[in-house]
Amino acid sequence: MAQLSFRGGVHPDDAKEMTSKLAIVKMPIPGKIVVPMQQHIGAPCELLADVEKIEKGCYVKAGQKLGDNKGFVSAPVHAPTSGTVIDIGPYNHPLGMKITAVTIEPDGKDEWAENIKPAGNLEDLSPDDIRKIVREAGIVGLGGATFPAHVKLSPPQEKPIDVVIINGAECEPYLTADHRVMLEKSEEILFGLKAMIKALGAVEGIIGIENNKPDAFNLMESLVAEEENIRVCSLPTKYPQGAEKMLIQVTTGRTVPAGELPMEVGVVNHNVGTAVAITQAIREGKPLVERVLTVTGSGVNKPANLQVRLGTLASEILEYCGGLKETTAKLVMGGPMMGLAQPNADVPIIKGTSGVLALTSEDVFLSESSPCIRCAKCVSVCPMNLMPTSIAQASEHANYKQAEKLYALDCFECGCCSYICPSKIPLVQWIRIGKNEIMKSKNN
Amino acid sequence: MIINGKLIVSSSPLIRSAETIRSVMMDVIIALFPAALMAVLLFGYRALITIIFAVVAAMLTEAIWRRKRDIFSDGTAAVTGLLLALILPATAPWWLVVVGSASAIIIGKQVFGGIGYNIFNPALVGRAILVVSWGGHMAGDIWPSPQPFAFGHDISAVTGATVLASQEKAVTYSLAELFIGNIAGSLGETSALALLIGGFWLVYKGHIDFRIPGGFIGTVFIMGVLFGGGFYGNIFMTGLFHVVAGGVMIGAIYMATDFVTTPVTPGGRLIFGVGCGLITMLIRLWGALPEGVTYGILLMNAFTPIIDRFTIPQRFGGVKESA
Repeated sequence: MAQLSFRGGVHPDDAKEMTSKLAIVKMPIPGKIVVPMQQHIGAPCELLADVEKIEKGCYVKAGQKLGDNKGFVSAPVHAPTSGTVIDIGPYNHPLGMKITAVTIEPDGKDEWAENIKPAGNLEDLSPDDIRKIVREAGIVGLGGATFPAHVKLSPPQEKPIDVVIINGAECEPYLTADHRVMLEKSEEILFGLKAMIKALGAVEGIIGIENNKPDAFNLMESLVAEEENIRVCSLPTKYPQGAEKMLIQVTTGRTVPAGELPMEVGVVNHNVGTAVAITQAIREGKPLVERVLTVTGSGVNKPANLQVRLGTLASEILEYCGGLKETTAKLVMGGPMMGLAQPNADVPIIKGTSGVLALTSEDVFLSESSPCIRCAKCVSVCPMNLMPTSIAQASEHANYKQAEKLYALDCFECGCCSYICPSKIPLVQWIRIGKNEIMKSKNN
Repeated sequence: MIINGKLIVSSSPLIRSAETIRSVMMDVIIALFPAALMAVLLFGYRALITIIFAVVAAMLTEAIWRRKRDIFSDGTAAVTGLLLALILPATAPWWLVVVGSASAIIIGKQVFGGIGYNIFNPALVGRAILVVSWGGHMAGDIWPSPQPFAFGHDISAVTGATVLASQEKAVTYSLAELFIGNIAGSLGETSALALLIGGFWLVYKGHIDFRIPGGFIGTVFIMGVLFGGGFYGNIFMTGLFHVVAGGVMIGAIYMATDFVTTPVTPGGRLIFGVGCGLITMLIRLWGALPEGVTYGILLMNAFTPIIDRFTIPQRFGGVKESA
């Protein structure tokens, strides 16, 4: 069968060989943990100062809730380990601003809160039970989007979901965390998928894996051999294969209408890491307090796939991985295409941090931008079939009406256009500015 | 581990491809190498002199205009000079070549604001200026005839009418000769073979969109079949004749695909290519000039902005007639 693909996309050097063969290592609990009150898309958490008496000097146990919000699109945050709260206040956040965070000095005992206990068998849980467990565990999309997982498991009545897709594409260069999770926690992924299928009343589960990870594909395929309603789908290796609309198109042949969510075509996507988190929440009652991430890049002395407690500082992780090389030019939280460049390493890992990258100047290819030569390479790589150069130009001229007419809001900032541009124009940055201005004018 | 103060913070994506304008232009120069080599093999040292003068004059003009010491810079001036040389006759005197290159760079490009802002293909602007100013050297109906492998031979003595002048003239050469390029013509246009080799390289590298040469050459072929007069045995051969004769190949592959002056949308590029072919054939078959590639492309350059405006692609998941 000819392999389906999506339009556009790019093939950056994936640089995955640095870490793809390295088994996940559990990093010891660090000397300091910083838990920001916002680690998801949606309403930020409020500190549980009254109910749980979370305040400076108090003792917290692993898994104890630190912040929550009554809003539906939100997810609570928990203490990743036991220890003393030594500070509450603004702290560096991967997004580049300071956000209220709880700083914990771990006591090294890693004592778990009393309410952490298994939720029972999946057969005995109702869809509502599953949603509640997922919400209370603070589980969000671990691929990087950090959308609260329970919201995706609660589609409105009129939009039935028949397919759940587990995203094992890991199309971002450098990252191998999902790859390792698929190899080492495959059974937990399958269990998590079954829980999602049950919560949504779906009929089919699909695990999509890029064909540059044949070992993960073979393992998952042998695992689902007995499952009638679950299949593994091999995906062409091309960035951004893991973007939800591209993933849905390639795995199911369905096209999500412009401006709509996947549930419009009866599909829900979850990352492999999210599936594992849901499994742990059901089986052990553990909220989301740790994740697997890739520490790599030519600026890192000892690249690794690490399982770390959320709130661990990037500086501690880099120290654990042998420190940074002098030539490091960019420090990135996440992947190189959609990640966030950091001004320093004093920033905590949050739920959506899939990697810590140290890129040297050869990797980042620094160059000043030249005028657009209209080569249209950006037009041909855009997976949304937009005209990045024209939208960017409209933004640059503050002509936001024109930017909107060119469908600026359909851009999901995958970065293919900026990546490919021979003039090195920061196209995504211009488009982002345009999107912000369009949204501002809509909200007024 | 203190790393504050030396990290670069930028908007994503945080990596960039190694491709630059300069590297793309280097690829174009590589693509034109077979055609340039054929020019020297066919037309001897005069071809080499023309190519060197055109390229150096273009680079120097741009460097002086921009007051930059790096004369190769992004490589676009070298490409303009090389393309201009390949559409000049081997008999062109050196000063004509220099004037052509300088006007291509200044009037064709820099007065609009430099790279990225020009409306018309600079090399073709340079040629058009020479044609209207020194018609005697550039008539376009009489060209030097090649002397293959006679490097030291002065080509200027022997000239021949272009094969596009008349049916009688056309059939004096076989299609194979036209394809290889051993015929009278401008330096780089005669060898369809050499031009195609470079063209495939550019498509393979992703620098040109097959829609433009495809639309251009396809239209020329169809027009040639329908209205060409049916010489060379049958109407399809006549269509092929129009494709391999004159400047269609170099125009379709290297001029009509110029980034700056052609549409950015896939649909627009097809329209552009078809339009170039149409105008070329209108001029060839019914116009006053034997060849129409230069004006076909220049006219379509003027339509580029409006073509782009009406061919905005359908967005992912979009429906027809939306917005």
